[in-house]
Amino acid sequence: MEAPPEAVPEVPAPAVAPSSGGLMAPATVLGRCPTGIEGLDNVLYGGIPRGNMVLVAGSVGTGKTTLCLEFLVRGAERGERSLFVSVTESSDKLIQNLSTFEFFRTDLVTNGSLVFVDLPVLYDRLGLEHEELTPDEIAILIRTLRDMVRTLGVKRLVLDSLTSVCYRIRRDERIRDFMLRLGQEMNDVGCTSLLVSEIGPTPGRYSLHGVEEAIVDGVLLLRNARRQGDILRVLQVIKMRGTSHSQAQYVIELTPIGMLLAPHLKGGRAEDGT
Amino acid sequence: MPIDIGERLRSLPGGSAVTLKLDPREYADHYFAVLNATLRDVGSETDAHTIYVAVTNPASFVWGLAQALDVPEDRISFVDAISHIMMNYGNPLHNATYVESPRSLEAIMLRVEYLLRKFPHPRSIVVIDSVNSLAIHNPPDLLSEFFHILINTLKTREVLTVVLETSDEEASSVETMLNLVVDETIDVARAGS
Repeated sequence: MEAPPEAVPEVPAPAVAPSSGGLMAPATVLGRCPTGIEGLDNVLYGGIPRGNMVLVAGSVGTGKTTLCLEFLVRGAERGERSLFVSVTESSDKLIQNLSTFEFFRTDLVTNGSLVFVDLPVLYDRLGLEHEELTPDEIAILIRTLRDMVRTLGVKRLVLDSLTSVCYRIRRDERIRDFMLRLGQEMNDVGCTSLLVSEIGPTPGRYSLHGVEEAIVDGVLLLRNARRQGDILRVLQVIKMRGTSHSQAQYVIELTPIGMLLAPHLKGGRAEDGT
Repeated sequence: MPIDIGERLRSLPGGSAVTLKLDPREYADHYFAVLNATLRDVGSETDAHTIYVAVTNPASFVWGLAQALDVPEDRISFVDAISHIMMNYGNPLHNATYVESPRSLEAIMLRVEYLLRKFPHPRSIVVIDSVNSLAIHNPPDLLSEFFHILINTLKTREVLTVVLETSDEEASSVETMLNLVVDETIDVARAGS
């Protein structure tokens, strides 16, 4: 595997991040990992704080995987080696889907800047065969992910999906432990990670077990909103440690040149239509 | 003395927003004069690119008129927000992007943004045809918010915005709002073609 292109310098956080609720200091000490999605970086006042572990939560068809893929491609273009760990879709199919976007370049895959790993294959190789992973097997999985990230010098990681992994961990306390340890390992090497969380349309929940959102540093919620019978794809940052951020809702579109955001128009109405 | 609409639009600095008022009693003449001024006089300038937001007539209809005015195909793109709802989506133009309904105001904003990024030109013009058609499908508060955000966004990007309005004597609430965000209103009836 070739070395990734030379990394561009760290993006410093602004001295004082704009804030909806006053000054907020942490953004001054953490570097930023710009997502490369211009609208989202504006919402996050410059990007995700470097090393944060972020839940990308949403129901089916809301754009979670595409957002994550663009995050990795934009990172790889900047010289940050990026790793996509897929549980549900094969790498070949993901790359095939990616090739329909103009922002994707095949050479990012061939030169090793953008790496895809199929987790089911990894499970087989590691001999993780139990339907419910044992604590030892969970430890092996974390070590393997850590070693991959360290060996390859990965700066951006996507796990698609955390929900599928949690199906095999099952118990809340083990999920909590898995996420805490994974988050710590990634943070230690300055790797910013997005974990995909598949949820139903029920409002107020961001994960299957309900423990995941408490552990992560940030939550990006993608959902389908309705207006006069039409469906709008909406993005909202629910939380993001280490930075101020917009709390508004944004309508998104997945275009050939990438994800675009526009303010969700309210027309003077509250969320409940009043 | 009547003003030349094309000349007036050409003289405006980037980031300006203008309402062109058409008289419903002389709609056909005024509409053609407006297309002539926006698509041919301004849009055909060197390095100019027009994004035409079609809500009144389908993009295919406007494109037919633009061809009659010798507007080059690579100088104009359409955001068509009416063909779908008219069940008239049979032969999509390759220089058009289609929005499902005139109610999808955010989608219209995003498609304009998409086309501005896809075709970066020193001089970009966005024509919205028209405020009246959008008002049929959207409540006034929502439409006011849409115009406020869109026009101000385009201003910051130095894009010339032209909003078509077919007006009778009495101003609606949207027209009143529009007057607050545009820089100038040109009455086509008083202008030369």
